[in-house]
Amino acid sequence: MGLRKYLDNITPHFEKGGKYEKYYTMFEMVETLLYTRKQVTQAAPHARDYIDLKRVMTYVVLATIPCIIMALYNTGLQTNQAIQLVGAENASGWRVWMLTLLHIPFNPNNIFANLIHGAFYFFPIYIVTLAAGGIFEVIFATVRKHDVNEGFLVTSMLYSLIMPASTPLWQVALGIIFGVVIGKEVFGGTGKNFLNPALVGRAFLYFAYPANMSGDSVWVAVNGYSGATALSISAQDGHQALAAANVSWMDAFVGTIQGSLGETSVIACMLGLCFLLYTRIANWRLIVGCLGGMIIFSSLFNLIGSTSNPMFAMPWYWHLVLGGYAFGLVFMVTEPVTAAMTNPGRYIYGALIGFMVVMIRVVNPAFPEGMMLAILFSNIFAPLIDYFVVQANIKRRARKHV
Amino acid sequence: MADSNKKLVLDPLIDNNPITLQVLGVCSALAVTSSLKVALVMAIAVTLVTAFSSFFISLIRNSIPSSIRIIVQMVIIASLVILVDQMLKAYAFEVSKTLSVFVGLIITNCIVMGRAEAFAMQNPPVASFVDGIGNGLGYGLVLLLVGIVRELFGSGKLFGFEILPTVSNGGWYVPNGLLLLPPSAFFVIGMLIWAFRTWKPKQVEPADFKIVVQSEGH
Repeated sequence: MGLRKYLDNITPHFEKGGKYEKYYTMFEMVETLLYTRKQVTQAAPHARDYIDLKRVMTYVVLATIPCIIMALYNTGLQTNQAIQLVGAENASGWRVWMLTLLHIPFNPNNIFANLIHGAFYFFPIYIVTLAAGGIFEVIFATVRKHDVNEGFLVTSMLYSLIMPASTPLWQVALGIIFGVVIGKEVFGGTGKNFLNPALVGRAFLYFAYPANMSGDSVWVAVNGYSGATALSISAQDGHQALAAANVSWMDAFVGTIQGSLGETSVIACMLGLCFLLYTRIANWRLIVGCLGGMIIFSSLFNLIGSTSNPMFAMPWYWHLVLGGYAFGLVFMVTEPVTAAMTNPGRYIYGALIGFMVVMIRVVNPAFPEGMMLAILFSNIFAPLIDYFVVQANIKRRARKHV
Repeated sequence: MADSNKKLVLDPLIDNNPITLQVLGVCSALAVTSSLKVALVMAIAVTLVTAFSSFFISLIRNSIPSSIRIIVQMVIIASLVILVDQMLKAYAFEVSKTLSVFVGLIITNCIVMGRAEAFAMQNPPVASFVDGIGNGLGYGLVLLLVGIVRELFGSGKLFGFEILPTVSNGGWYVPNGLLLLPPSAFFVIGMLIWAFRTWKPKQVEPADFKIVVQSEGH
């Protein structure tokens, strides 16, 4: 327990009146990451639980591990496939240089080569996210004297996983700074934000730099190669056309398709979901609501049918595996701060997201993908939903006791 | 008199700014600030309309029956706005096309109505005129600041001259498309309010509620 002792020894320097009083937030951040907080609740209610906010947040980060692995593998796979297509002599950039130096082949059948190549895409984005967002997080924590908490680890991980692989790093930095400051800190920090900060950052980039965030050439960073996402193929020619583009339902389920870094694999998301449900961090009502809303509404569109819009015919099991639906469902819909807080409200909130995502994907011609906008839209409605649920409950009880 | 006139002009610039403190006239501030030239023309138009409408309303303030005063004010403001609109169409047709309905909508701009109702109805004509100029300038100041941010970072230009050479013209700057969309003005105005209130803490509104902090020892 040498570390504990060392921390205890230096604690007085960071407390009020100490030498490094100003840096208390940073000290606290490191201390509570390593050990459980020593302070206990002193006023009622006396909740006794080892799972505090910090552990909740670290659990969510743990739950993203399958997605991270798939992000590395799939990004490498897609890039290596593209390089094979356009020819290795046409590939350029520092990643290619590094891989050649390490004698790692550009072979899409080599799992190790794919993982390493993917890592060269994922980790620069993740490190920039951590650094840029972290600096602003610490600035606000120091000036406003609140704790830096692990919420940012979740935000930065989710944010990195929903970036296209080819995003320029300065845009990554700009987006996360916008997300942290405008999406969270101006409202008072973690727990007081009504929008998901990772999605705010992503939405900022989506509208500010559409050329780098959407379209056919952003998902694989190889010059001369362009590949549409499964959703934009479907928006053009219907989901039947996916077979011609060599995308089977199983590919989409496993996640070896075009898309943002970590969002493609439904299997990886489901593993994360199991962990989150088992640790009771994700509320199952949100999942049920969101799945229900999506299934019912997309089935309704199947029934209505359309001669001019092929998206009407897309069945729900395709909606589930394409785009960011699964990733958003597991990691963003279930985010406790921005979701509805009441149990009936959670079904409604989830259903609203499911409804909106199908609505945007099918009816809106401008956006092939709708999960990001659907979640942000419903975030705004969550407090209103809670309000009506609470009011309804008050009225119901008032009628009981005339 | 000179002192109070100076105060009437300078107060609405920062200390009692119609947009950042009273949060009036935000609608047009969102719509016309994507380029600096348009923002400048709009600022001048609103300043003139506010000043002259306050002046004329103040002239007849004692003979306006209270029950129909809003209608009388509207008639005066609307006449002035039509005048401005016609002048723009005659001498600055391109700008008036970009401004489109927003010139006509000066009639419903809360700043013009607000000054007429809150100041001109109780004060003599010259003071009302100066007050109108001051509020127009306060509005214009915010419009120009927002316009500078939006045009410079949204298209790399100021008044149409290239400042930051964009990638499409062979330069290095990648324009931020969000800033050309009207909602971005919300962010810019919000940050401007944030900056003003950090500079002048007197403008900060009292909190609606306070979060109770449990007595935790640190």
